[in-house]
Amino acid sequence: MDQPSTTSLERTLTTLGHNEPDRVPLFLFLTMHGAKELGMSLAEYFSRPENVVEGQMRLRARYGHDCVYPLFYAAAEVEAWGGEVLFFDDGPPNAGEPIIRKRSDITSLEPPRVSESPVLQKSLRAIELLKSEVGDEAPVIAAAISPFSLPVMQMGFDSYLDLIYEDRELFWRLMEVNQEFHVEWVNAQLDAGATAIGYFDPVSSGTIIPRELYLETGYEIASRVTERANGPLAIHLASGRCLPIIDDIIASGAAVVGVSALEDIRLLKAACSGRITILGNLNGIEMRRWTHEEAESAVKEAIAGAGQGGGFILADNHGEIPFQVPDEVLFAVSEAARKWGSYPLDWVDEYGV
Amino acid sequence: MTRSKDSVEEFERALLTIDRARASDILELLNEGMSPIEVVEQTIVPALEWIGDAWESGDVALSQVYMSGRICEELVDTFLPPADEKRKRQPVTAIAALEDHHALGKRIVYSSLRASGYELTDYGHGITADKLVERSVADGIEVLLVSTLMLRSALKVEALAAGLKKAGSGARIIVGGAPFLFDERLWREVGASAMGRDASDAMRLMTELNGAL
Ligand code: B12
Repeated sequence: MDQPSTTSLERTLTTLGHNEPDRVPLFLFLTMHGAKELGMSLAEYFSRPENVVEGQMRLRARYGHDCVYPLFYAAAEVEAWGGEVLFFDDGPPNAGEPIIRKRSDITSLEPPRVSESPVLQKSLRAIELLKSEVGDEAPVIAAAISPFSLPVMQMGFDSYLDLIYEDRELFWRLMEVNQEFHVEWVNAQLDAGATAIGYFDPVSSGTIIPRELYLETGYEIASRVTERANGPLAIHLASGRCLPIIDDIIASGAAVVGVSALEDIRLLKAACSGRITILGNLNGIEMRRWTHEEAESAVKEAIAGAGQGGGFILADNHGEIPFQVPDEVLFAVSEAARKWGSYPLDWVDEYGV
Repeated sequence: MTRSKDSVEEFERALLTIDRARASDILELLNEGMSPIEVVEQTIVPALEWIGDAWESGDVALSQVYMSGRICEELVDTFLPPADEKRKRQPVTAIAALEDHHALGKRIVYSSLRASGYELTDYGHGITADKLVERSVADGIEVLLVSTLMLRSALKVEALAAGLKKAGSGARIIVGGAPFLFDERLWREVGASAMGRDASDAMRLMTELNGAL
């Protein structure tokens, strides 16, 4: 069945080089399903790095996908800044009340140190442990919220948009502080053994801000971070639209872009082919109610649209599969990825457009 | 008529470039020849509807939708204050972010409706289904606008619908927010009466209900 000679890491690197590996790599971004696996509440699951490691290993053994994903949850970063996190039994934790309550708080804001944050240390430990488990067999995909998108959780989305439009000087002061933190956090994860970092930057997406504003802000910041990061970044817009800014994303230095189910995968492939690897684009929200057939046809559609020539990793479109997605659907997706993802993709021509 | 069409376009341009002063000047000029309600209905509503639709099709960004709604809400408040009797109070309407701490979607819909001359109650964010039933019944709510961003929150609409029914409330639930955009079938599944894809849908649905109720 499997060619034992091709590891998940090799498969991934080949596709990143815009060549066809043995089959399309599949990344299942399962942050929460490990808790079900271990019979724990989400709060308990995320309380110890060993749980997350055990969860990741069991899920990979079950579905045979091509990465491990030590991301806890996005709000962990605001926890590091002194914010509170709200846990739920049936979905991802969320950031609580903003830590920046008025604009003047920004003036005295200092970045937290990664070494002094218990929650970030837990994440780093999970990365180290996973790296020692998988070695060079599979990529360890870590994640960080971009300095430009983090303020949504630091100060609330409306106040942040007001700031961007009304006080650009203070906005840049916040960006300076956030970048210091971000670069330290990204490099600590790479040092701990992460193969690459998902740079989550949905505020830059065409869904949220217009391109002109992105070029003045999110683009600048992504380019600076890319320069200072000691490893590769995958820009992920968390299912926000990327087509309007795809050339800019490529210019900012990213090797991978996470794309939305709301954009045409064929147009995306045409824009990205040979220039940047596409990661996506299965609709995680719909996945909750997919039948076996629907899962298979979504996988086929994605591979037909973006698989040719490599430069494609099959995944959900958000970088996190919802807690409610049943195991049967995950099985169906994995099965379909093997069935239809084996190169050469000689069925695609007949599959039609 | 042509004057009004031109001014809508000019007004849209001012909003999209976040030019508050220009937007204000245009309205001031219009206010000289029209009643406040006419200004709202012939200029503000079409402009906001156009902007909302353009977001839906990917041509305008959310930050522009948000800023436009905010600017319009502020401007309308100056010539049609909250207590003005010309404001539309029917059907009795409230809005909330159900079990969700993400309040921007609610804020945008609320601002757009207020800018179109409606008055509605804001039940805030992070409110549970039970609490929302309780308050809706107490206030005699006829239309309940519900915004959610997290999937887990969207799924709570089911309990809300059941709770309202059990309490004998005939309130219609109009839902919106990212999970409903990603799964077109979700609103029916959770028992909502309707789904709005953006703030302009909210404005249109309110007008429809206004006629129906
Ligand atoms: C930007 C973004 C982020 C940013 C900022 C998030 C925030 N707001 O706090 C960051 C990077 C921080 C982030 C993090 C996370 N995110 Co996020 N994120 C997004 C993104 C791209 C946009 C979200 C947003 O705020 N949009 C702005 C609002 C206003 O848009 P909207 O809800 O669509 O509202 C419009 C319409 O829907 C409509 N509308 C809204 N309400 C109503 C109501 C009525 C009555 C009507 C008629 C209309 C209407 O009008 C609005 C204006 O046009 C979406 C994906 C997407 N493409 O939308 C994911 C998304 C919201 N994220 C999601 C998730 C899960 C998360 C995390 C929990 C991940 C994690 N495990 O940590 C965290 C939570 C962070 C936190 N707050 O603690 C999921 C939520 C669904 C789910 N799977 O449960 C989404 C939908 C992605 C996906 N496709 O699954 N995220």
